[in-house]
Amino acid sequence: MSLVTATIKRDLVIAARNPGEWLNPLMFFLMVLALFPLAVDPDPNFLAKIAAGVVWVAALLSTLLSLDSLFKADVEDGTLEQWLASGESLYAMALGKAFTHWCISGLPLTIVAPLLALMMNLPENAYSALFFSLLLGTPILSLLGAVGAALTAGVRSGGLLLSLVILPLYTPILIFGASAVYHAGIEMEYLGQLGFLASFLCMAMTLTPFAVAGALKLNLSR
Amino acid sequence: MTPSASLEQSNRFTHFCDLIAHNVSCERDDRILFENLSLTVQKGDLIQLVGPNGAGKTTLLRLMAGLNQDFQGEVHWHGENIQRCYQDYARQRLYIGHLSAIKKVLTPLENLRWFVSSWPEVKEADLWQALADVTLAGYEDVPCQQLSAGQQRRVALARLLVTPTPLWILDEPFTALDKEGVAWLEDQLARHVAAGGTVLITSHHALSDIPALRYIELGMHK
Repeated sequence: MSLVTATIKRDLVIAARNPGEWLNPLMFFLMVLALFPLAVDPDPNFLAKIAAGVVWVAALLSTLLSLDSLFKADVEDGTLEQWLASGESLYAMALGKAFTHWCISGLPLTIVAPLLALMMNLPENAYSALFFSLLLGTPILSLLGAVGAALTAGVRSGGLLLSLVILPLYTPILIFGASAVYHAGIEMEYLGQLGFLASFLCMAMTLTPFAVAGALKLNLSR
Repeated sequence: MTPSASLEQSNRFTHFCDLIAHNVSCERDDRILFENLSLTVQKGDLIQLVGPNGAGKTTLLRLMAGLNQDFQGEVHWHGENIQRCYQDYARQRLYIGHLSAIKKVLTPLENLRWFVSSWPEVKEADLWQALADVTLAGYEDVPCQQLSAGQQRRVALARLLVTPTPLWILDEPFTALDKEGVAWLEDQLARHVAAGGTVLITSHHALSDIPALRYIELGMHK
C-alpha cells in the first residue's frame, strides 16, 4: 500500500473515532435548514422559491466550518514533515487529503441534503438537480478549500483568514449550483449549469493540488 | 534483533553513498547559525551535532535531510544535489524529528503501519516484533493517547527496527525515554553503525563508548 492510500485510510479511521469532527458541520447544515422556515415567511410557495439558494449556502458554509482543521493537526504533530521526508509526491498527497475531506464533509451533505430540502419545500422535480449539483460541487469546495487550509495551516487563528481567501473562489460554484437547482424547480433546462460544475471540478482536480503542495512546502521549510 | 537480520542489513547497506554538505550557510532572523560549513558523512559514521539551544542543530539536520531548502550551499548525495534526486534519497534515509507524527487516537500498531507504508516489503509480523522489542508488547491495541510520553516516543523509535534504510537522521531521539530506553537506543545506534549504517543525530545526551562517534560542534558564532 502506498503512503497516499495509507494516509487516506488512516484519516478515515481517525474521523470514525472522532465523530464530532464531521458531525459538527452536518449538524450546522441541519440547524440552518430547520431554523430558516421559522425565521422567514413559512408560506410553502415562498420557501420553495428560496430553497435552492438556502440549501446551497448552508452546504457551502458548513464545508467552510470543517476546513480549518484539514492540515492543522498534521502540521502540529509532524505528520506533514514525515510526508515531505517520505519523498512521495505532494501532488498526490494533496489530492488524497481533499478526497478524504470530501468523504467526511461533502459526501454526507450530498446524501442528507435531499432529505432536508423537504423542510424547505423544494419543488419535486428539483431533487435530482440538487443531488447532482452537490455531488459535482462539494468536491470543488473541498479542493479549493484545501488551498486555503494549506496556506493558513501555520497561522494560529487562521479561520478568518481562510474564509477571506476562499469565499471569493467559492462564489462561482454557489451561483452555478444554486441556479441548477432553481432552474430544475421551475422546469427549465439545468444540464448547462451541471456541465459548468463538471468542468470546474476537472480544473480544480488538476490544478489545485499544485497550489496545495506549494503552500505546504512553504509552511514546512521554516 | 537477530544476528541473521543484522547480517542481511549489512549486505543491503553496502551501496550507501557519501552524503556531503558543501559550504552550507544558514541564517535566521539576521543571525548567522553557521557559515561555510562542510561535512562529509560516510558509511559507518555516527555523527552527533552538539551545541547550545538555538545553535542551529535542528536546522542543519533538516537541511541534510532535504526538508529545508532555505540555505546557501549544496548538499550532495551520490554526487548529486539531494533536491534533484530527492525521491531516491528519501528511500535511503529515515528522518525522525522531535515532532513524532504519532496520531493519538490510533494504536501503536496502526501508527507503525502508516510509517512503513512506503516499504511494501515490511511484513505485519515485523511490526509486532518491533513493538515487542521496544517493550510495548500488550499495548498494540491501546490508543496512543493512553500511553505516556516515553511510550509514544518508543512507538516512533520502533520505526528504526522495521525501516530498511542505511541513513538515520534523528533529532533529539532521547527525549522522554527512561534509563532502559536510553540504553536500548544507544545499543541500536551502535548496532546500526556496526552493520554499515550511518547515523546523524542531535542530542544533549552524552553517547558513550561507540567507537565510530564523531562530534560536530555548532554555536561558535556570537
